[in-house]
Amino acid sequence: MNLRKYLEVYNKFLHTSLASELEYKTNILIDLITAILSLIGSIFLLSIFFQNNGYIGGWKFEQALIIQAIYTILNGITNTWFNPNLTEIVKHIREGTLDFVLLKPIDSQFFISLKKINPSGILEIILGFFLLFFCIKINQINLNLSFLTLSLITISCSICILYSLWFFISTTTIWFVKTWNAIEVLRSFLYIGRFPLNSFSFSLRVFFSIFIPITFITTIPSEVFLGLSQVWKILLEVFVATVFLVTSRKFWLFALKFYSSASS
Amino acid sequence: MISNLINRKLITLFKVQYSNMLEYRVEIALWAISGIIPFFMLNIWTNNNLNESINISDVMLSRYFLCAFFVRQFSVVWVVFSFEEDSLMGKVSPYLIQPLNPFFRYFAQHIAEQITRFPFALIIAFFFFIFNPESIWIPNLGILLLSIVSTFLSFLIQFLIQSIVACLCFWTEKASSIERLLFIPTLFLSGLLAPVVSFPAYVKSWIYLTPFPYLIDFPANLLSGNETNISGGLSMQILWIFVLFPLFKKIWSEGTKKYTAMGS
Repeated sequence: MNLRKYLEVYNKFLHTSLASELEYKTNILIDLITAILSLIGSIFLLSIFFQNNGYIGGWKFEQALIIQAIYTILNGITNTWFNPNLTEIVKHIREGTLDFVLLKPIDSQFFISLKKINPSGILEIILGFFLLFFCIKINQINLNLSFLTLSLITISCSICILYSLWFFISTTTIWFVKTWNAIEVLRSFLYIGRFPLNSFSFSLRVFFSIFIPITFITTIPSEVFLGLSQVWKILLEVFVATVFLVTSRKFWLFALKFYSSASS
Repeated sequence: MISNLINRKLITLFKVQYSNMLEYRVEIALWAISGIIPFFMLNIWTNNNLNESINISDVMLSRYFLCAFFVRQFSVVWVVFSFEEDSLMGKVSPYLIQPLNPFFRYFAQHIAEQITRFPFALIIAFFFFIFNPESIWIPNLGILLLSIVSTFLSFLIQFLIQSIVACLCFWTEKASSIERLLFIPTLFLSGLLAPVVSFPAYVKSWIYLTPFPYLIDFPANLLSGNETNISGGLSMQILWIFVLFPLFKKIWSEGTKKYTAMGS
């Protein structure tokens, strides 16, 4: 692994995909409005839940807002990197252009995971950070070094889990060819990440911690922000993230053995 | 004579599209699964006893969300995405030559997809009743027919709105981002995530003038037996169709004049 080479290549990726995306400037504006409206919508929904209740699943409204903020940041990351790249895998496999990717003297997973970038997602990330700072203010959270490291660790783990989930489903394209709808299913499950896990019934909580680890994605980082999280939960998240990353990598290499190119 | 011709054309189209859709059973099943968000919302509502404040019993609320799921299943529209692809690939040109508005083709596609989807929706409802046996009910025939009609009208409203957006492809190429923007108010205001009765008064005062509550909230209330104004709701649905249809015809005739047959 030559890190320098990969950085250079990534720089080129950024350049080309930004250039092509900026062709559609009004699109970026519309996407920004969409992101803002969607955030307003989910805060509106949250406010309906809290209309006559002080607590939901043990979370106050101000605390639940942190989850919204983290969800918005992660959703922005999904829209910036995961969504445009990993939906491209479907196209690569259907049209057989994955051949060209595999022939390149570069890691194939690196290439297909980072080739494209969607700048409008970055605006969503910024929006999420604004909300997060606002939450830090209204919840009177003390910013110190250990807190910052912990939150950084948990959020990076969430990103890894999220990436692995996306990559895992996209990899199954090698067998099933059309997986658009499986991605839709994942998206609808991820929607749960907007709400504190404790607000769901026990069976759903188990489902969302074991089968699709949505708990780890938004709830644990938010608990870190509120200083509620125990050490074992953070360690568990690091462990889960590592397992997911390693498995998704192995799964990709395994799946490639079954790739037989299109129309050949 | 003319109506006979249209009937024959339409029936052929339906048959072709239905056999086409049957090819994609797995995708459609997955798509049906991706629509289960209302059940997660129901879980939040009942698990935190939020429904007490809006005077709806657990059973009525679970019926409401089940019906919301059903209405959503049979009013999903994606015409803008198909049309955008066809228009970018230049496939619209041969359709335009045919003596039939291409939107009939998409319309037949949607209806055929709904028929294919029906058994999967029933299976999901079956599982729902296994987990919530107390919410089983049998609506009377009149109500059932009326709610099928109102679900179809809701589908028509959404189909017309999206077709109008799709026609914007003639001007902007990427109309799907506008659709994603419009989807946000549809998601939060239609009653898919929370029944409209639970909305705060400042929203309820104007929301009934917009088309949104008639897309899911009204048909779902009708079918589940919750209180609703039947004649008022149906007439508003019909009114919106009468508003949107001429608009679609206008934008279609303007757009086809602009069409430049890209990609061919």
